[in-house]
Order: sequence, then structure tokens, then C-alpha cells
Amino acid sequence: MGEEGPPLASAGPPGAEQPAGAAERQAAGASERRAAGALEAEILAILREADGPLSPGEVRQRLAARPQPGGPRGELSYSTVVTIVSRLHAKGLLARQRAGRGFTYTPVDDASLAASRMSQVLGSEHDHDAVLSRFVSGLSSRDARLLRELLGGDTGPAGGDPGPAGERG
Amino acid sequence: MWLLYLPLVIPALAGAAARPLAARLEPRHATWLLTTAAVALAACSMAALALLAAYAAARLPFLAAAGGYSTAVMRRGDPIPAAGGVAAALALTGGAVAVAVMFRNRARALAESYRRAAGLHPEDGIVVVPGPAIEAYALPGLPGRIVVSGRLLDCLDDRRRAALIAHEQAHLASRHHLFSAVARLAAAANPLLIPVARAVDYTVERWADEHAAAVTSDRRLVAQTIGQVALLAGTSRRRVAGMVLGVLGPRTPRVSLAWAGPVPRRVAALLTAPPRRQTVLLAACTVIVLIAGVAALLAARDLHALLELAQGTRSR
Repeated sequence: MGEEGPPLASAGPPGAEQPAGAAERQAAGASERRAAGALEAEILAILREADGPLSPGEVRQRLAARPQPGGPRGELSYSTVVTIVSRLHAKGLLARQRAGRGFTYTPVDDASLAASRMSQVLGSEHDHDAVLSRFVSGLSSRDARLLRELLGGDTGPAGGDPGPAGERG
Repeated sequence: MWLLYLPLVIPALAGAAARPLAARLEPRHATWLLTTAAVALAACSMAALALLAAYAAARLPFLAAAGGYSTAVMRRGDPIPAAGGVAAALALTGGAVAVAVMFRNRARALAESYRRAAGLHPEDGIVVVPGPAIEAYALPGLPGRIVVSGRLLDCLDDRRRAALIAHEQAHLASRHHLFSAVARLAAAANPLLIPVARAVDYTVERWADEHAAAVTSDRRLVAQTIGQVALLAGTSRRRVAGMVLGVLGPRTPRVSLAWAGPVPRRVAALLTAPPRRQTVLLAACTVIVLIAGVAALLAARDLHALLELAQGTRSR
């Protein structure tokens, strides 16, 4: 997250305009905070519609081009867009790739999102494992030795890291 | 009066017997027996605690006045020390709070799971997750989903994939998460039943293993699949106490499973003959649970009779 945390950090590509005065930013801050949830959803939708990864600048352009159901909205500053995509990234909803001095973003696909969220949500509970019926629970090192003894080296291509050779049973 | 203590002792017995029973009984029977026994024994022990507390409370003069009975008669008929009654009341309260908390947590987790499962629209009911994890689990829902990591699927051949999927499908089709949840609730009410809840977690895995063995008609294949996946998933950093076991032969492994975790026990069970119905054992366990229930009922009747006697004395 680091460099994109504060709205003013110059994480954007060169040439991106910076917001003007501090006072102006503060005034805009309150309304932007209120709209943050809606903006997050809108930005997610834009990234899902996109064919490839988008930079915050591109997201901002598409955001401006979208029709506004709730009446016209003021131009969003570049830093606001950066803040929101960073927040979405922190929530695990967006994946990002380094592109030049900044990042480009892609939405995390639904299945892996659901799965990773699942682990997060249920991981906070003590009875995590009882809700998700895992195929195997954790092995102690003694259990692992015991398993090898039981199966007599019959555990297939297991053991180390599965390589491409792991296809054959 | 000793009847009152029976429902408190039998759960301890059940806790000690749970693991051997889980190993011996056919998994489906074991799951049903242990889950229903856990609920019945939790209810009986709660009832016994409530009765103990009621005996102590009945000595309070203002309750006696309100109920119109004689505290003198109550004292004579009541061999339970006041401290015991207070302890029972505390244990009862603690159990009730623990059940409420557990219920809330589990209901939330399950609701979350159902919500997530409803949001997934996989082909064939199986969600393949990208990424480096070696992971496979059943996500309860309506319908439930099977989540498997792509990396794990890549490591398995077709027959082992089929075994893995059949195992997870059994969890979803038979709603194993409900057995686990109910047993955990019972264990929250009475911590002596925690080993029973753990045993239920184990028997539902065995149930799913036996289902996979029936579907693939190859017990050894299922054992190998479990072994492979477990070793791929790696060893947890959990430290385990206890000593290690001897091996007496390469082909017929006779290793001690006494201190082993669930995975080696499941594999060992699959490498032996399929479990058979154990009617006598099942019946014996049912009788013991019934004894706890009858004892609680009789104790309640005793208290009722004593109260009526005390009321009669007062009104005369």
C-alpha cells in the first residue's frame, strides 16, 4: 500500500494533475467520504467491464464518461481515484500490477474472491473448520511420518512441491 | 438424591468413550449416535444443574413465602449443601451463555457460508480457485459448493480427483456441518462433551471417506488420495506431544494410532476392512444415554414431590 496511502503521494503517472489547495480538498473531502461506497462500487464495475488492467488515470476518465443517474457530479480528483482503488486493493477486491511509476488494477475474479473472503471471514471464528469441511486437516510432522508408513511410499507424486510432473498419479 | 448426580457423571463417561466409539462404529451410525447422545446428555446435565440450583433456591425465605411452602420441610428433604446449589447455578449460567455465544458465532458463520455459496455459480458445482494454495473444502449452502484449488487438481490424476470430489459431495449431501454444529453446541453447554464433539468432526470425515470409497469402489485409492493431499498441504506448525510408534512390517502396517491425528487414522481405517454394523454396541450406548435421561426425570419428580409435601405442611 505504502506509496499510495496518502491522497497526495505522487503515485500517479507523470502528467497527472494534482489537486489544488488544501482548503479546497478539505471541502471536497466530506462529500467524497459520503459517496465513497457508491464510488467504490462504480469503480469496481468499470474495472469489471474493462478488457484489461486500468491505471487510476484511465479509471478516472471512464468514470467521467459514465452517465450519472443521480444528477451531475463534480470532477473527481486523481488522488481521490487513487485513494479508492488503493482501498479496494487493501480489501482484496482488486489485484494490482506495477506499470511504470504507478500501478494498474484488475478486479479479482469472483471465485477466488469468494474463497479468500471465506477463509478470512471464517478464519476469525474459532469453529472455522467445522463450517468448512476441509478435505484434510493439518498434519503434525509425526502424522506425516505415520502417513508415509501407512501408505508405504504409495502416496503418489506427493512429498515435495508438485511440479508439472505431478499430473501422473 | 444420588439420581441428580448421574446426569452429571454420564457425560464424563461419554467424553472418555467418544474416541474409541468413533473408531469402532460404522461412521454414519457413529455420527448419529454421538450427535444425539451429545444433545441428550447436555440437556440432562443442564436439567440436573437446574434442579440442584432449585433445591438451594427453595430454601430462600422469600421464595418460600411466595410459593407458600415450608422451608423447614425443604431443609429436611434436601441434602444438597447451599454452596453446591450456588455452584450449580453458576455452571448453569455459564453453560447457557456459552451456548448462546456458540450459537450466534456458528449461525453467523453458516449464514456467511450460505451467502457465499449462493454467490458462486460454478460448472458442475465445483469452484476452482487459482493461486498457490493446496486446498479443498465443502462450502455449506443451498446448494453447497465444493471449492478446490487449481494447483491441487493439477497434482491429482483423474481417479484421485474423483475420490476427492466424492468425499466433498458426501459432506454437502448429508449436511455434515449440521452434525458438527449441533455437537459443538452440546459441548458448549457441557465442556465434558468436548471430546464427543471432536469425535463427531472425525466421524463425518470418515462418513465422507466411506462414501468416496463406495463411489470409486476402491478403498485404497481414497486412502492414497487423502495421504497425497495431506502431504502436499504440508505439515502444520502445531507442536505435538507424545511419542512415536513402531512399525512391524512394510505391507501390513501395524503402527500405533493412539496419539495420531485424524488424517492417519482415516487412512488406516480405509486400509482395513470396511466397518460393520455393531448393533450391540449401539444399543448399549443408547441405554446409557437413556439412563441419564430417566435419572434427570426421576430427580425432577422428587423435587416436585418434596415441594408438594412442603406446601401441604405449610397450609395445614
